[in-house]
Amino acid sequence: MPTNHILPTRVYYTIFAILMLCTFATVLIAFFDLGPLNAIAALTIAVFKAVLVVLFFMHVRYSTRLTWAVVAGGVFWLGILLALTLSDYLTRSWQTFG
Amino acid sequence: MSTVLLPPRHYLNDGYGVRSWLLTRDHKRIALLYLAGVTFFFFIGGAMAVLIRLELATPPGDLVTDETYNKLFTMHGVMMVFFFLIPVIPSVLGNFLVPIMIGAKDLAFPKINLLSWYIYVVGGLFTLYALISGGLDTGWTFYTPFSTVASTTNVIPAALGIFITGFSSILTGLNFIVTIHRMRAPGMTWFRMPLFLWSTYATSLINVLGTPVIAITILLVAAERVFHFGFFNPAVGGDPVLFQHLFWFYSHPAVYIMVLPAMGVVSELVAAGCRKPVFGYSFVAFASLAIAVLGFLVWGHHMFVAGESVYSALIFSILSFLVAIPSAVKVFNWTATMYQGAVSWETPMLYAYGFIGLFTIGGLTGLFLAAIGVDVHVTDTYFIIAHFHYIMVGGTIMGYLGGLHYWWPKMSGRLYNEGLAKLSAGIIFIGFNLTFFPQFVVGYLGMPRRYHAYPPEFQVLNVLSSAGASILGVGYLIPMVYLMWSLRYGRLAGSNPWGAVGLEWTTSSPPPTENFTETPRVTWDAYEYPASVETDVA
Ligand SMILES: [Cu+2]
Repeated sequence: MPTNHILPTRVYYTIFAILMLCTFATVLIAFFDLGPLNAIAALTIAVFKAVLVVLFFMHVRYSTRLTWAVVAGGVFWLGILLALTLSDYLTRSWQTFG
Repeated sequence: MSTVLLPPRHYLNDGYGVRSWLLTRDHKRIALLYLAGVTFFFFIGGAMAVLIRLELATPPGDLVTDETYNKLFTMHGVMMVFFFLIPVIPSVLGNFLVPIMIGAKDLAFPKINLLSWYIYVVGGLFTLYALISGGLDTGWTFYTPFSTVASTTNVIPAALGIFITGFSSILTGLNFIVTIHRMRAPGMTWFRMPLFLWSTYATSLINVLGTPVIAITILLVAAERVFHFGFFNPAVGGDPVLFQHLFWFYSHPAVYIMVLPAMGVVSELVAAGCRKPVFGYSFVAFASLAIAVLGFLVWGHHMFVAGESVYSALIFSILSFLVAIPSAVKVFNWTATMYQGAVSWETPMLYAYGFIGLFTIGGLTGLFLAAIGVDVHVTDTYFIIAHFHYIMVGGTIMGYLGGLHYWWPKMSGRLYNEGLAKLSAGIIFIGFNLTFFPQFVVGYLGMPRRYHAYPPEFQVLNVLSSAGASILGVGYLIPMVYLMWSLRYGRLAGSNPWGAVGLEWTTSSPPPTENFTETPRVTWDAYEYPASVETDVA
């Protein structure tokens, strides 16, 4: 039964180790100036970590379609927040009227 | 008329004493706990409004100092928005009705339901303490960088109080969503549900999707104040407009958290008051969902003059106009329902008429504000104040009071004094318009909001508004009196005093703790009134 899936603790420890490694990587990368890639690198690692937490710690990987739909809805709404906010920030430097 | 008797066993006599209330898991008792809570915060917010209108009766700032005035309107806004308007209909009428309307014994998570009441009360008292012990002067909007850098008042305690209360909204929303998905009685399909449930469902989606954003935003404000991070303070690399984006991402949809449930109530009132099914049921149902989704796409209309890019403003302006479509669908469908109906003039219906009129004025002036050119002219004037009070007070409170009167016989088992109820509905309608209509005019003429003094030429309109506020105040006090009175002395209502259809009217008044003696089987659509009542068209 997917909803009652019980994982061996080994999985949690592995995920935790990966998360710590990623944190270490984020700190490490912060010491190098990658120019415009600075934010991209940090955010990529952060998103990867978030996905791991959602899939394993929050058990979504083993959950029903309804749970997936709820997660997808949340991510979509985050997308709305980001997209429309960026519609402001990315167009501020454009030629304005008058 | 046969004699009506109280049922021998109902939720109000199922246990007495403080413990039986404070530890109850019965959604109906929790609804009454919320009723006490929201009424308490309503009168606190109302007292602040009285002081504001007293100050504004004369042009000079002579009643309170400017700083006290800042704290008064902040306290009025915080109390009314977060502790009255947002929770009121879902937590009182929703809690009472959602399980009964779908034929369930209770909500899906009764303990979480009680927990959300405690969270609400703790958050409310926390905020109240913050406001009384020194107060808050940022306005209910907490705009940065003032709130994070400059204000010397209780920003963090008030922010934490609102943060805490947010969890109450989220939990109630979650509870309603799960209940409506999982607990419907046999035969109660989605499209047989009363429209109140569609709007409650849509509201719950907004609660669950939006509230976390305001909670985090308000934590960021607290963090910036304490640790001087550069989120919003431009001096350390932040952007003050980012706060406004995050704040309004929740706070514009919050308007629909307030008004969607009121729309749901009005659908019920119109159907029962006209003895007809609501015209275009599925359009009204989907309009609720459309409003919930579109409501998340328009927040930038609060920021047209805040340094938002023109291109972004254009997008937000167009999207804001779109919200008018599902809103208008509802207004037209209610009107079409009334057409050739046996229209009633009882109290709940008076509030429904009031709602439709006031919501239409509030909605149409919203179109003025979606137009960037007009908005630039009236931003931060009393025109805005008038507009959102028409929606949030004219809409939400009319819906709430209409629903409270309609379901009061179900909740209490007794009837209130119809004459007094009609009188106070009239007083509220007149008082409301006298309070807020002059504010459209004075705002258009250029009177800014949030000042305690103003030029003498605005006095006539302000005196009208203050006079209206005192009438409105009386209108709100009268129902308090006759509803309390009816609890003891009111005539017994019987299970269906309005002759309405709907599962809630098939059980006794007040209902038993488990709502129905046996689980209902639904074989009919919502609002199936006997055809004989309809007027002969030919
Ligand atoms: Cu808005």
